[in-house]
Amino acid sequence: MARSRREQEVPHALLHGILAIATLLTIYPVLWVICIAFSGKQTLAIADLPATPGFFDRLRAVIPWPERWTPANFVSVMTDQPFGRWVLNSIVVAVFTTLFGIFLSCTAAYAFSRFKFPGRRAGMMGFLVSQMFPGTLMLIPLYIIMVSVLGLGSTRLGLVIVYATTSIPFSVWMLKGYFDTIPKELEEAAIIEGASAGTIFWRIVLPLAKPAVAITALFSFMTSWNEFILAATFMDREDMYTAPVGLRFFVGGYSQQWGYFAAGSIIVSIPVVLLFLYLQKYLVSGLTAGSVKG
Amino acid sequence: MAIVTLHEVAKRYGDNPPVITGIDLEIRDREFMVLVGPSGCGKSTLLRMIAGLEEITLGTIEIGGRVVNDVPPKDRDIAMVFQSYALYPHMSVRENLDFGLKLRGTPRAEIDRLVSEAAKVLGLEELLERRPKELSGGQRQRVALGRAIVRKPAVFLFDEPLSNLDAKLRVQMRAEIKKLQHRLQVTSVYVTHDQVEAMTMGHRIAVLNAGKLQQVGTPLEVYEKPENLFVANFIGTPPMNFIRATVSDGTLAARGFTLPAPAAARAALASRQGKPVVVGIRPENVVEPGRRTTGATAQLQLTVDLVETLGDEVVIHGSKGEDQIAFKMDPHNPPEFGGKVDAIVEVDRIHLFDAETEKRIAE
Repeated sequence: MARSRREQEVPHALLHGILAIATLLTIYPVLWVICIAFSGKQTLAIADLPATPGFFDRLRAVIPWPERWTPANFVSVMTDQPFGRWVLNSIVVAVFTTLFGIFLSCTAAYAFSRFKFPGRRAGMMGFLVSQMFPGTLMLIPLYIIMVSVLGLGSTRLGLVIVYATTSIPFSVWMLKGYFDTIPKELEEAAIIEGASAGTIFWRIVLPLAKPAVAITALFSFMTSWNEFILAATFMDREDMYTAPVGLRFFVGGYSQQWGYFAAGSIIVSIPVVLLFLYLQKYLVSGLTAGSVKG
Repeated sequence: MAIVTLHEVAKRYGDNPPVITGIDLEIRDREFMVLVGPSGCGKSTLLRMIAGLEEITLGTIEIGGRVVNDVPPKDRDIAMVFQSYALYPHMSVRENLDFGLKLRGTPRAEIDRLVSEAAKVLGLEELLERRPKELSGGQRQRVALGRAIVRKPAVFLFDEPLSNLDAKLRVQMRAEIKKLQHRLQVTSVYVTHDQVEAMTMGHRIAVLNAGKLQQVGTPLEVYEKPENLFVANFIGTPPMNFIRATVSDGTLAARGFTLPAPAAARAALASRQGKPVVVGIRPENVVEPGRRTTGATAQLQLTVDLVETLGDEVVIHGSKGEDQIAFKMDPHNPPEFGGKVDAIVEVDRIHLFDAETEKRIAE
C-alpha cells in the first residue's frame, strides 16, 4: 500500500505543476489586459525598457503588474469617451435579441417537438442548412433587406432583428432536443386534468425546460453582445455603435489608445461573466430528475 | 359512478393493419376491470382511447351513457394514473394534487378540503410540501393516485401503475389500490401485463391478445374455463401443460401415452373421432401418488428434467416422450434430475382445445 501511494504522489505533483503552468499561460493575456487597463497609460507595454535592458528589465517588462494602479482609464472611458452610450446600445440590443429570440425559439421548438404538420422536417432541415453558411455570407442580403428595403440601418431594432434571425435556428434545434426529452406523459396527465395547450406549454413544459432555455438565452445574449462584423456594417452612426464596434474605435488607424481599449474590454466582459455565474446552476442541473421512474 | 361501454372499438394507425379490432366490452358501475395481455397486445392503446389520448378509428366508447368519441379528455370525467407516475417535477406534492382543481376553477376552500382529504386517504399529509424527487417510488405512486382521486372522477384509468416498483412494494401497492377502489367505489379500468396482478385485483378481467378480446370473466371463470389456448397459457403460474393428442374411442392418444377422456367431454369428443386436440393440464391437477385426488385419474411415469424449489413446494418439469409436463410436489425428498417420478393426472380436470381453432371444446 505504502509503495503504491508513493508512486502516486510523484505523478500528482507533476500533474499539478503542468496544470499550474497551463493555467498561467491561459490567463496571461487576461492579466496583461487587466494590467494595461489599470496602468492609466495608453501603451501596450507594461514597463518601458531602457536603451540597454538587463535581465531584470526584461523580466519586469513581461510581468503583468503595472507600475501604478489607477482607475483613470475606466473613468475616462465612461466620461470623456462615448463608451457608456455604446455599452447601453449593446445592452438594449442584446437583451431584446435574447427576449425576442427566446420567445420565438421556444414556441417554434415546442411545435417542432410535439406537433405533426406539413413542412416539419423541411423546416428543421432549413434551420440546419442555414447554420452551415458563415455569417458573413449573409451580410450583403441582410444589408439590402434591412437598410435599403426596411430602412433600419443604424437602428437598434434593425440589429435586434438581424441577430435574432441568426441565433434562432441554433436555439430552435437546441430547445427542440430538450423538449423531446420531456416525457410526453406529463403533458398527457395535464391534458386529462383539463389543461389547454397554452397552459401545458407555459406551466409544465417551459418550467421544466429552464436549463435549456437558460443556456440558449446565454448563447443568444453572448452572440449579440460580442458580435462585431454585422454591428460594424449596420451601425454607421457613431452614437449607435455597440460596445465591440466602439472598442475598435479606440485603436483605429489614427489612435492607439490601448488603455481605453483594455478598460473597455473589461467593462464589456463583466456582464457575460456575471451571467455565466448566475446561470451556472442551470448548466449542470437536471431539472426533470425525479419526475418519472426511480 | 359510471358504466363504460366499448362497442366495436378498433384502432388503426394510418394505412397499417389495425392494432385493435372489434372490442365489445361493458365495464359495470363500480367494477374493477383489469385489461391484461402480453406487451403489444393493444391494452394500453385501448385504455388511452377510453381516456381520449388516442382517437377511436371505429366504434364507440360510452362513459356514463354518453358517447365520448369526440369529447376531449378533460370533459370525460376520468382520471388516469400513468406507469411513469407523470408527476410534475417542478411542483410540490400539494401543487401536483391541486393542479387539476385549480384549472377547473374550484374555489380555494374546496381545493384545500379535497387535497387534505385525498392526502389523508393516502397518507401523504407529511409530504405535501415536498417535490417528487424527494419521494420514494412508493410515495410517488401514492401521489399519482392522489392526483387521480382528488377530483373525484367517475372513472379511474390505471396504465400499468405498478411496473416501476420493486417486487415487494408492488404487492403492497396492489393491495392498497384494491382497497382504495373498494373504499371509493369508482369504476376502474386497470391495464397490466402481469397476470397475477390481474387475478388478484380485478372483479373481472379481460384478456387481450393481438388487438382482440380473448375472454372476459371473473378471475376464477377465466382460470377454470379458459376459452382458448392463449388464455389458458397466459393465465396461471406455472403455465398450463399442453399436450397434442388424437381422439380415439373415448381416449386421448398423445405421442407417448394415452389418457382417458374426461367424462364431461365424452359427448363432445364423439364427433371428433381421429381428430387432433390439445390437452391442457394445470400443474396443480397433476399430483404425486398418495395425495388426495378428485374424479377419475390416470398415472404417468415421467422423466425429471428440472426441479425448481419454491420453499413451500417444488415444481417438477418432467417429460414423457416428446411431451413436457410440469407439476408441483412436496418440497421434501424431491426426485433427482434425470430420475423417474410417478404422477397422477386428475382426468376430469383437464381442458380440451380444438387443435385447429384453438378454441375450448365445450363440455
